[in-house]
Amino acid sequence: MSDHDHHDDNPGVSRRRVLECMTWAGTGVLWTISGGVPRSLGLVGSAQAAEPTGLTFLQISDSHVGFDKPANPNALGTLEEAIAKVKMMPAKPSFMIHTGDISHLSKAAEFDDAERIISQAKLDVHYVPGEHDFLDEEVKFYKERYGKGTKGAGYYSFDANGVHFIGLVNVVDLKAGGLGNLGAEQLEWLEADLKGRSKSTPIVVFAHIPLWTVYPTWGWGTEDGARALDTLKGFGSVTVLNGHIHQVMQKVEGNVTFHTARSTAFPQPAPGAAPSPGPMKVADDKLRSMLGVASINFKPGQQSLAIIDTPLQG
Amino acid sequence: MPSAILRGLGRLAIAAAISFCLGSTPVRAEEIQVTIDNFTFAPAEVKVKVGDTVTWTNHDDIPHTVVSAGKFRSKTLDTDNAFSFTFTTAGDYKYFCSLHPHMTGMIKVE
Repeated sequence: MSDHDHHDDNPGVSRRRVLECMTWAGTGVLWTISGGVPRSLGLVGSAQAAEPTGLTFLQISDSHVGFDKPANPNALGTLEEAIAKVKMMPAKPSFMIHTGDISHLSKAAEFDDAERIISQAKLDVHYVPGEHDFLDEEVKFYKERYGKGTKGAGYYSFDANGVHFIGLVNVVDLKAGGLGNLGAEQLEWLEADLKGRSKSTPIVVFAHIPLWTVYPTWGWGTEDGARALDTLKGFGSVTVLNGHIHQVMQKVEGNVTFHTARSTAFPQPAPGAAPSPGPMKVADDKLRSMLGVASINFKPGQQSLAIIDTPLQG
Repeated sequence: MPSAILRGLGRLAIAAAISFCLGSTPVRAEEIQVTIDNFTFAPAEVKVKVGDTVTWTNHDDIPHTVVSAGKFRSKTLDTDNAFSFTFTTAGDYKYFCSLHPHMTGMIKVE
């Protein structure tokens, strides 16, 4: 594992600069793609002040609209606070990605509420589903609302500013005793999607459950995630953005940077720090320091993406 | 008493015993509870008899399901929701939570 901040001492690593300037805050993750590797810079506000050029997009995750348990009796309220932060950003991001668990129980009213709040950001939003978005009896609400033009259970790709974005689904067809699952059909599609693409194209992959193994005891990983990463071998800059674990975690492996975003609803414990990964009740005045969004910035000509996670507070 | 009559009574007793064992009248069907706490089914393995009913109750703040491939599948169980299934055929029933597949359990039906 190498330190992605030290890209200058090795010319081979310089492509990792694509993701140079991501912002760390708690509202969401601010991702800056400026050369290859995502980096956390600080709060959304400070990152914006620093270098607002290039492509900047936001990541929000795990809004769990409908959740009302002690860990956060008003998950809709904290989503609203997160979106209010986004609206206040000095430079408007190009778009937003949502890495799943939009709703808590896949109720129509929960999706409606989420849409009502998130649409106030006035940004295009690219979604992937979490396991909480497929709980309705007929498993149709997510597909109807967010699945237009997608394949399978909702995977797809698109391009923006020379960066290729791939949204994957790893929350369906889970096998007893296993982890997240992509499945053969999706992996074949991924291979075809990448075929013939220039290896210098910066790639951003986003999915709900981490594609790397964070903590299998709690199911925090994807059974066939390594197969997806195999198909990304050779690309100079790969950034993997996930949610699900309701906390910020980052790892750099070769030219692949992995990053998980905070939830806007409730925090979860660090791996193994509690008897289970269930919602973590913290003091009321601490809650907002553990929720947030991320901002990601990409600068053409550089090879690292910069990621900034901004908490709702603190 | 003539031995033929004794034998006859013996047969009756055996027949009665057999009919009792086969449970043609489910006189002793039991209700067994399995709880879900901290993403864990407890007890993880339960032995029951044909005709018994198992009820799973979710005590977590996160929804779970109870799924045994091709055998039974609960709806999504929110906090304090329960799901019951009556086992009518002997066998081993492995099950899991389809949302958190690392959660597994077993019902052995005799």
